Amino acid sequence: MEHIVIIGNGISGVTLARHIRKLSDKKITIVSAETDYFFSRTALMYVYMGHMKFEHTQPYEDWFWRKNRIELVRGYVHHIDTDNKVLKINERDFLSYDKLVIATGSKPNKFGWPGQDLLGVQGLYSKQDLDALEKNAPNNDVCKRAVIVGGGLIGIELAEMLNSRHIPVTFLVRESSFWNGVLPQGESAMINRHIKNHHIDLRLSTNLKEIKSDDNGRVKSIIIEETGEEIPCDVVGLTAGVSPNIDFIKSSNIETGRGVKVNRYLETNIPDVYAIGDCAEQHEAIGNRRPIEAVWYTGRMMGETLAQTICGNRIQYKPGHWFNSAKFLDIEYQTYGWVFSEKSKQDYEQHFHWKHEDDTKCITVAYHKDTNAFLGINTFGIRMRHETFDTWLTENRDVDYVMNHLIEANFDPEFYKHFEKDILSAYNNQLQTA
Amino acid sequence: MSLAKPDAQDLSKKQKLAVGMGVIGLFILVLALFNLDLPNTSIFLTVSLSLISVGTILFANDAYLTKLKGIKNDGVWFKSISSRGSLGWITGIVLTSFYVVLYFYEGLLGAGVDGAANTGLIGLFDPLSQLLSGRPASQWFVYGTLYTIAILAFGYKFILKYRHNRYEQIRTISVMFFQLAFAFLIPEFMYVMNSDLPYYDLKNVWPLNYYNFEQYRINSFINGGTIGMAMLIFGIVSIFVITPILTFKFGKRWYCSWVCGCGGLAETAGDSFRHLSDKSQSAWKIERWVIHSVLVFVVLMTTAVIYTYLGYDPDKYWLTRDVFLFSVAGFLTLIFALVMIFKRNELGKDARYGAIGYFAIIIALIAIHLFSSKTKLFIFEAETLRTSYGFLIGAIFSGVIGTGFYPIFGNRVWCRFGCPMAAILGFQQRMFSRFRITTNGGQCISCGNCSTYCEMGIDVRAYAQKGENIVRSSCVGCGICSAVCPRGVLKLENDSMKGRINPTEVLLGNDVDLMDLVNQK
Repeated sequence: MEHIVIIGNGISGVTLARHIRKLSDKKITIVSAETDYFFSRTALMYVYMGHMKFEHTQPYEDWFWRKNRIELVRGYVHHIDTDNKVLKINERDFLSYDKLVIATGSKPNKFGWPGQDLLGVQGLYSKQDLDALEKNAPNNDVCKRAVIVGGGLIGIELAEMLNSRHIPVTFLVRESSFWNGVLPQGESAMINRHIKNHHIDLRLSTNLKEIKSDDNGRVKSIIIEETGEEIPCDVVGLTAGVSPNIDFIKSSNIETGRGVKVNRYLETNIPDVYAIGDCAEQHEAIGNRRPIEAVWYTGRMMGETLAQTICGNRIQYKPGHWFNSAKFLDIEYQTYGWVFSEKSKQDYEQHFHWKHEDDTKCITVAYHKDTNAFLGINTFGIRMRHETFDTWLTENRDVDYVMNHLIEANFDPEFYKHFEKDILSAYNNQLQTA
Repeated sequence: MSLAKPDAQDLSKKQKLAVGMGVIGLFILVLALFNLDLPNTSIFLTVSLSLISVGTILFANDAYLTKLKGIKNDGVWFKSISSRGSLGWITGIVLTSFYVVLYFYEGLLGAGVDGAANTGLIGLFDPLSQLLSGRPASQWFVYGTLYTIAILAFGYKFILKYRHNRYEQIRTISVMFFQLAFAFLIPEFMYVMNSDLPYYDLKNVWPLNYYNFEQYRINSFINGGTIGMAMLIFGIVSIFVITPILTFKFGKRWYCSWVCGCGGLAETAGDSFRHLSDKSQSAWKIERWVIHSVLVFVVLMTTAVIYTYLGYDPDKYWLTRDVFLFSVAGFLTLIFALVMIFKRNELGKDARYGAIGYFAIIIALIAIHLFSSKTKLFIFEAETLRTSYGFLIGAIFSGVIGTGFYPIFGNRVWCRFGCPMAAILGFQQRMFSRFRITTNGGQCISCGNCSTYCEMGIDVRAYAQKGENIVRSSCVGCGICSAVCPRGVLKLENDSMKGRINPTEVLLGNDVDLMDLVNQK
C-alpha cells in the first residue's frame, strides 16, 4: 500500500488527507511538531479572549482520525532524505514514505531588530505562541503595556486580543494608514478611526528602532525610529507578516526560494515530493495572485487539488475568482474579485467608494475605466454572498449591472437595514458629477 | 492556568452595585421563604421585584452601553458563572433545589392548605395576584411572576448585548411580549372574565402542553360556553393547522425562539450558558433517541387518557372510543407512509430503524387493545401513564433538569433532549420546510465560534466548512451562529425547498472543473 506522508497538520495537510481518504485506500500519516490534533489557527485569538476553549478550535473529534485511518505522528522533521525517501523525525526516529507532501505553513517575520529575541517578544502564529502570550500577558498587572509592530491582519487581531484583557496597546504601523498596501484609502482610514475608538494607541508612519532589555533579558521598552521616543512595555508582538516555514528543508535537495518551489501541479523539483499551503511558492504567480498565498482558503484548495493528483488524476492548481475575508475588531470585511489599493492598482482600475455615516460600513467597487467591466468589491460591515459575486465575475458583468443588482448579493441577517438604495444613488450621483 | 488570569472578568463598580441590588431583592424573597413575617407585603414585594429588575438593567447598561456595538463574548470561558466554575455549580444547585420544592413541596413555599391563608413566599405574592385576578397567589403564580420578570429583565440585557443585530432584538421583543401577555397577563384576565375556564396559555401547544386534553380541562372547555369551545378548537387547530403552516414557512424557530416560554427563558436568562451544550456526535445520537422517545410517550399517554374518559360519558362526547383510536392510528400511519415514500432517503439509518420500530410498537399496542380487554389501553392504566409522564417529563425533565441545570449543561437541555413539541416541529423542519441556514461559499475558516455558541449542540462548523447548508431538526433558529461568525458565513433564510440540502466536497472558489468533477458524483 502506498504510504503518503504529510508534514504539517494545518488546513492544507488535513484537507489533503481527508480527500485522499475519500478517493483511495492509501496509508496516510500526518506529522506535526505543533499539536496532536488539527486545530483552526485563525481561531487561536478567541481562546485568549475567552470566547472559546482550545478544544473548540479543533474541527474534528479525536475519534475521527482513527475512524478514517489517518495516522498522526507528533514530532519535528529535521531532515528529508529524498534519495532514500526517509524522514528523520526528532533526534532518532525515521519514517519512510512513497509520496511526501510538505505543508508546514508559515512563521512570523523578524527583520533583525535589535532585541527581537528577548523574553516577552513574540509573534502570534502557532499554538506555542498562544501559550507564550498567556504567560507573557495574562492580565494588565503582569503586562502593563504591549507594543505591536506591524499593521496587518495578525497585528490588529493581537491588538483586539490584548484589548479584551484591558491591556493597553501601542500599535506601530509602518504605513501612513492601516493596511493601505492592500486596502484603498477610504477603507483604510475608516479602520484607523475604528482602532482608535477602541482606545488602541495607533501610531501610523512609525517604525521600530530597537527593543530594550532589562537586567533579566526581558523586554523593558521599545524605541521608536522616527522620534526616538521610548515606550515602556512588557510584551512586544512582532506581526510584520509571515514567511514560509521551511528551514528544515534547506538541508535536502528540494528546491526552495522564499518557499518550496512548485509548479502548477504543486510538484517540487523532486519526484513524489509536493508542497501545498502557505509554504508553497509558485514559479510564476497565477493571475493577480502572489506566488506565495498565506490564506486559509488557498491552503484548503491546494489540498483539495493535490488529492486528485496523488490519487491518479493529475490536475493543475487552478484557483477560481479571488475572495477573502477578515474582521477588524467589530467590523467584518469581505472581498470578491480584485480591488487594489492606490499604491498597487493599475491605471485602468477605477473605484467607486461609499461609506455610511456611522463610520462602520463602506464598500469599494473596482471597475475598468474604459470597458466598465466589474473587477471586484470590498465590503465592510455589510455581508455579501460569495456565490453571487462569483457568478457575476464569471459572467463578466459590468459595473452598472452590479450596482443595480447589489441587493441580490446581500447576505446580512434578516431584518437588517439595507443600504443598496443609498449606494446606488451615490453611485449615480458620482457618474453625473464625473 | 494561572490564577492571575481572571483580571478580565472583574466587575466594574457600577456592575457590583447592580449585582448588590439584585441580591438584596432576592434576599427579601428568601426572608419571605423562611416565613419571616414581613409587614406590608405589597411594599416588600414591590421593592424586591424592582431591585431585581433594576439591578439587572443597570448591570446590562454598564456591561454593554459603555462599549462599541459588536460581539460581547470576552472572558465567557474565564467567568466562574459561565464556565462551570463554583458560581456556576452553586447557581445550578440553588435552581435545582428551587424546582424540586416548587414541584413537590409547595408547602415549604407557604401555600395555604385547605383554604387557609398563604404564608411565606407565596403569601408575599398575594397582593399582586389579588390585583390581577382577585384571588390569592399559588406557587404557580409565584413561579410565573418570577419567570416573566426573568424573561423581561434578561431580555433587556440580551437586546443590549446584541444591539448591532436587529434579528436578535426583534426576536427577543417577541418572546418578551408572548411571555408577558400570553403566559402571564391574559390567563389572569381570562380568569376574571370567566372563572370556570382552566388556566390556558394560548401559545402553549400540545404536546408541550401535555395536559391540555385531560378530562377536567375538556370538561371546563365544554362547560365554558362559546369562549371555552373556542379555546378547545384553537388548541386543536394550533396542532394541526397553524403549527404546520408556520413551520413550513419559517422553520421551527417561529415557535422555539420567537414564541415559546421555555425558549424565551433559555434565550434570555439562559443566554450566558448557551456555550455549555455538548457538541459531541455521541450527544447528538443520545438526543435523537431521547427526544423521540418522549414524543412517543406523550402520544401514547394522551391517547390513553382521552380514550379512557371518552368511555365514561358517551352522551357528553360525540367522539366514540373506537373512532378516536382509529383516527389516531390512521393519522400516524398516514404520516409514516408519506415520510417513508417521499423522504426515506433523507433519514439516517438509525432514524429509519427508530421510525419503523416506534411505529410498529404504537400500531401493535392499538391492535392488541382492539382484541383484548377494554379497561386498559396500551398495557398500562391511562392514569399511570398520565402521572408518570407528569412526574418524569413535566416536572423532572422540563423543570428540574431543564432549567436547574442551565449552568452545567447549557440552556436548552429540555428543548434539545426532552421537548416533544420540539421533536414534532423539528421533524417537520428537517423534512418539509423552507428554512435553512445558508453557508456563504468558501468563506468559512473553521474557527468554531458557531458550534461553540450553538445552544442546541449542533456542530454548525461541520457543515459550514463543507459549504453545506444547515438543515437540522434541532435548530431553533436563534441566529447566534450567524451573529458570532467573524467571516459572515451563515445566514438564516426561508427559501425554496429545492437544493436546500447541498452537500459538497470541494468548496466554491476552487477550480471550476474540479468542483464539477467532485461535487456531481
